[in-house]
Amino acid sequence: MSKRVGMEASFAVAEAAKLARIEVAAAYPITPQTHIVERLSEIVADGEVDAEFICVESEHSAMSACLGSAAAGARTFTATAGQGLELMHEVLYVASSSRLPIVLAVADRAISGPLSVWGDHSDAMATRDCGWIQVFSINGQEAFDLTICAFKISEDPKVLFPMMVHLDGFHVSHVVEPIILLDQEEVDSFLPPFTYPFPLNPDTPVTMGAFGPPVIYTEAKKAQEEALIATKDTILEVWNEFGKRFGRYYAPIDTYRAEDAEILLLTMGSFSQTAEIAIDKMREEGKRVGLVKLRLWRPFPFEELRKVVRDAKVLIVFDRCLSFGGTGGPVCGEVKAALYAEEKRPKIANFVGGLGGRDVLPEEFEQMVKRGLEMAEKGQERTYEMIGVRE
Amino acid sequence: MAKQDYELSWRDLEIGCIVTEPGSASNYKTGDWRSQRPTYDFTKCIKCGVCSIYCPEPCIYPNEEGYFEADLFYCKGCGICARECPTGVITMVAEEEQ
Repeated sequence: MSKRVGMEASFAVAEAAKLARIEVAAAYPITPQTHIVERLSEIVADGEVDAEFICVESEHSAMSACLGSAAAGARTFTATAGQGLELMHEVLYVASSSRLPIVLAVADRAISGPLSVWGDHSDAMATRDCGWIQVFSINGQEAFDLTICAFKISEDPKVLFPMMVHLDGFHVSHVVEPIILLDQEEVDSFLPPFTYPFPLNPDTPVTMGAFGPPVIYTEAKKAQEEALIATKDTILEVWNEFGKRFGRYYAPIDTYRAEDAEILLLTMGSFSQTAEIAIDKMREEGKRVGLVKLRLWRPFPFEELRKVVRDAKVLIVFDRCLSFGGTGGPVCGEVKAALYAEEKRPKIANFVGGLGGRDVLPEEFEQMVKRGLEMAEKGQERTYEMIGVRE
Repeated sequence: MAKQDYELSWRDLEIGCIVTEPGSASNYKTGDWRSQRPTYDFTKCIKCGVCSIYCPEPCIYPNEEGYFEADLFYCKGCGICARECPTGVITMVAEEEQ
């Protein structure tokens, strides 16, 4: 039976890896992710799960070991954050292009410098184009549930892609909250054992990571792109099955009080819950404001986004990352591109904030709505503004 | 392989571009990297095989008469065989020359 416990989200992610009966974890500690692999290493050492825990010398090695493990057909997990994700960077592309199922929990953290161990989405956005399935969780419960689901999605024969489960560093990773843990029987009934179609095996030799000359590389990338887009059906199926079994439903995009809303806020990650508080207050004041919570980052849910924002007048996108010298926030850049060809679309204002662990309070979301409306009215919505910055 | 590389569509590729046919790297023509080609004066050849040992490809084998000769499907034209041949059998010539 499921049980409700008070647990730090990082520990819940480690529990999810245990319940998924991982066979290999290769990981290196880094704030704010350390509690995940620290707890997992205890779980493995105590024999609670029959897994190899490989203590590697860097995140580059962690992801490289994960490649080998997944290629041999073992259920594989790792976790990292910030600079660690950057050090994994080149290997991330090998995992996705080789179609190796690996689940990676990322306790999202700012990127140096100045050196910051605190949370934002800069690390995630630097991996945006690496070809992984990527989801953002809002709280510890989601981090737990989405990690369990990630194994089932990633290993599905129709998918075979690595998958990142993002949980905001500190704002989610270090928060103790009530979490409903599934028991082993429930997870076993949901998550079948992993069978990789081409495991490294001397009896049936295959070559992985082969040279792709110009005559093949373009076709390889097209195949990868089509396959990643096609994973969405399985993502929806798995989340739906999870919902039916355990009562918690997940979707690429959720909305909060968005029906009939003229003004929509769009957030990704933990600050969605803060934004909900602001939405409630503004609704009480009679403002027709709602929230769009983006959960599935890659493959990007274009259709779902277009549908939920179509009737709004103004869409205010909040980013926890800055694309220097570019379009402002990466999420907003994506949202604008998704809506450009639509005849009916809202005006879009972009705010960047919550960088390097800076809190964003409900009042600041109210300010974003107020200022976003002004920008839309004055036709200034093509630029972005930073929220909470001292002038 | 049923199709040539240039005939494969993206739909034909195995998942993750995995190669399921062992030894298929031998289908890859490295000979077209070549800008120089070895030519031979077999009257000087003592059939010692030093060229074959030094060939980094390694694509030099004895021909029907026992003289060592490069397989031009693979030979990249590096010229190491010509440099190492103790009797001066091999001369590298530019590919465009006959």
